[in-house]
Amino acid sequence: MMAEEILNIFLMYIKAFAVGGAICTIAQIVINITSLTSGKILVFTMLAGVILTALGLYQPLVEFAGAGATVPISGFGYLLANGAIKGAEKGFFYAVTGSLTAASAGVTAAVVFSFIMSLIFRSRTKRN
Amino acid sequence: MTGKNAQNCNENYLKYVKQLDPPTKHFKNCLSAFGVGGLICTIGQFFRFMLEYAGLSGDELAGAVSVILIFLGCLLTGLGVYDRIGRHAGAGSIVPITGFANSVTSPALEFKTEGYIYGTAAKMFTIAGAIIVYGVFSGVLVGIIYYFL
Amino acid sequence: MKKGNTLFFETQPKIRSYAAICGSKEKEGVIGSYADITLSDDMYGESTYEKAECKMLSNAVRLAVEKAALTDADIDVLLSGDLLNQIISASFAARDFQFPFLGLYSACSTMSEGMLLAAALIDGGFAENCVAATGSHFASAERQYRYPLELGCTRPPQSQWTVTGAGGCVISADKGDIRIVNATLGRVRDWGVTDVNNMGAAMAPAAADTLMRHFKDTDTLPEDYDMIITGDLGALGSRILKDLMWEKGYSISENHVDCGEIIYKVIEDEFQGGSGAGCSAVVMNSYVFTKMSAGLYKRVLFAATGALLSTVSSGQGESIPCISHAVQLEADL
Repeated sequence: MMAEEILNIFLMYIKAFAVGGAICTIAQIVINITSLTSGKILVFTMLAGVILTALGLYQPLVEFAGAGATVPISGFGYLLANGAIKGAEKGFFYAVTGSLTAASAGVTAAVVFSFIMSLIFRSRTKRN
Repeated sequence: MTGKNAQNCNENYLKYVKQLDPPTKHFKNCLSAFGVGGLICTIGQFFRFMLEYAGLSGDELAGAVSVILIFLGCLLTGLGVYDRIGRHAGAGSIVPITGFANSVTSPALEFKTEGYIYGTAAKMFTIAGAIIVYGVFSGVLVGIIYYFL
Repeated sequence: MKKGNTLFFETQPKIRSYAAICGSKEKEGVIGSYADITLSDDMYGESTYEKAECKMLSNAVRLAVEKAALTDADIDVLLSGDLLNQIISASFAARDFQFPFLGLYSACSTMSEGMLLAAALIDGGFAENCVAATGSHFASAERQYRYPLELGCTRPPQSQWTVTGAGGCVISADKGDIRIVNATLGRVRDWGVTDVNNMGAAMAPAAADTLMRHFKDTDTLPEDYDMIITGDLGALGSRILKDLMWEKGYSISENHVDCGEIIYKVIEDEFQGGSGAGCSAVVMNSYVFTKMSAGLYKRVLFAATGALLSTVSSGQGESIPCISHAVQLEADL
């Protein structure tokens, strides 16, 4: 029983690594071919996450790989779309507000931590 | 007169320049993207296990994991480490949620010299704003479609 | 006298003194031992990179004037520009001086534009001593033209590295080892390159155009020069320039040197070499002029190249118009 649990945890790490790495590799292939800038690649990956969730394809991936599917920015798209889908069950108002409500943790964290960092640090020049 | 009109645009020259482009190292880029991206996700999975153990679940769990990773992304950006990772990892460090944190923090630091209101705060979303805009818009669209289905 | 677009200076204005300041990264390259001041800290003791750039430019001008044994009252005009919006570094640096200022913008070819305008003013009898100077800073250029410094993005292999440095020279009617013989005014060329990371390819046609017109107007051949030095084409751009010239029957591969290509010691993460207004300014005002004064090079053709784009124009999908001004220098020995 104990050994099986450890094996399961280990397997989950492998899955997270493989799926997360694969999503990044797909994005890298797109960059290699089209030389998109980082901002654009973030938007496209996130939109891919939204669309896949709406089609019901991303949920199985999240169940399969855990953080491997939620940590890439496509997971942010998953969060947005999932929030909207859940909200749609409650009513029109929640269908509209559901997505941002679900993503509020991420956005809030990004704003708050970035502001704190900007109080402490400053950008420095590079030498290579 | 822009270079885009037929008279000015020298197609042969552009073809010649393209052929001189240094080759992209497809395999090496993909390998480092896979490794770094996978590693960040594995770290995320580690926090996921820890928080699950602490009793979180569902949306709360997913939210808390991304908050921790965003914090790490912001911190590494502030320390000047993230751009060094990004130089080699390419999409491996852009695509994970830490890359989103990096794209918010880096302009916040950069434009600090223009003041905290019009500098840091106003420029914070110069890159990440696009993600919020398209994310919210597409999310609302999905919500409305699901409502009427 | 004028032939074609080439101005021939009868009095042959002279370069009386020159000074260069470079950053810590540039120090490790070929110019490190020739520059007057090398910075250990890219901030130069200031609070922002823009202020540091301004201070570098100001000190380069100050140093050049001092080395010429002149005072502010002897200088008739400062011709300067830089890469930042509204050329703030140059105009702010000009606050420190008592002489008039003419602001120039010609992107990375500001150095040769300044030199040719100074020579024209002196040759026309309107000025005795002029200062031509320019500079750039990696961090301020990066913020204006590209991304925030801390953003983790990969640099494409075609990209160049903006030089941190400033250089200036006093051009005077009477004293000096190096004479400005003639200068060819550049035409804006645009062959449709839209990739902002591939400046070398965008600028090479402008450089080729100016060089060929120069050879035609002066009845010279590339072999007549000890060195043909271009501004900041980088390794890729230099190769394209050689090909373009060769196509038209000029072989410059023997004596062509590019400031951007030689400025850094190891071309690895800088990929194609240096760029920016400071690139040609630092290399000319340290390495090249020192070597010319020492008699190593007698006849040098200096053609700095500039890409006249902005983030707005490239955002709107415009191609990159480029310019190159050439100045022919000769050393008396």
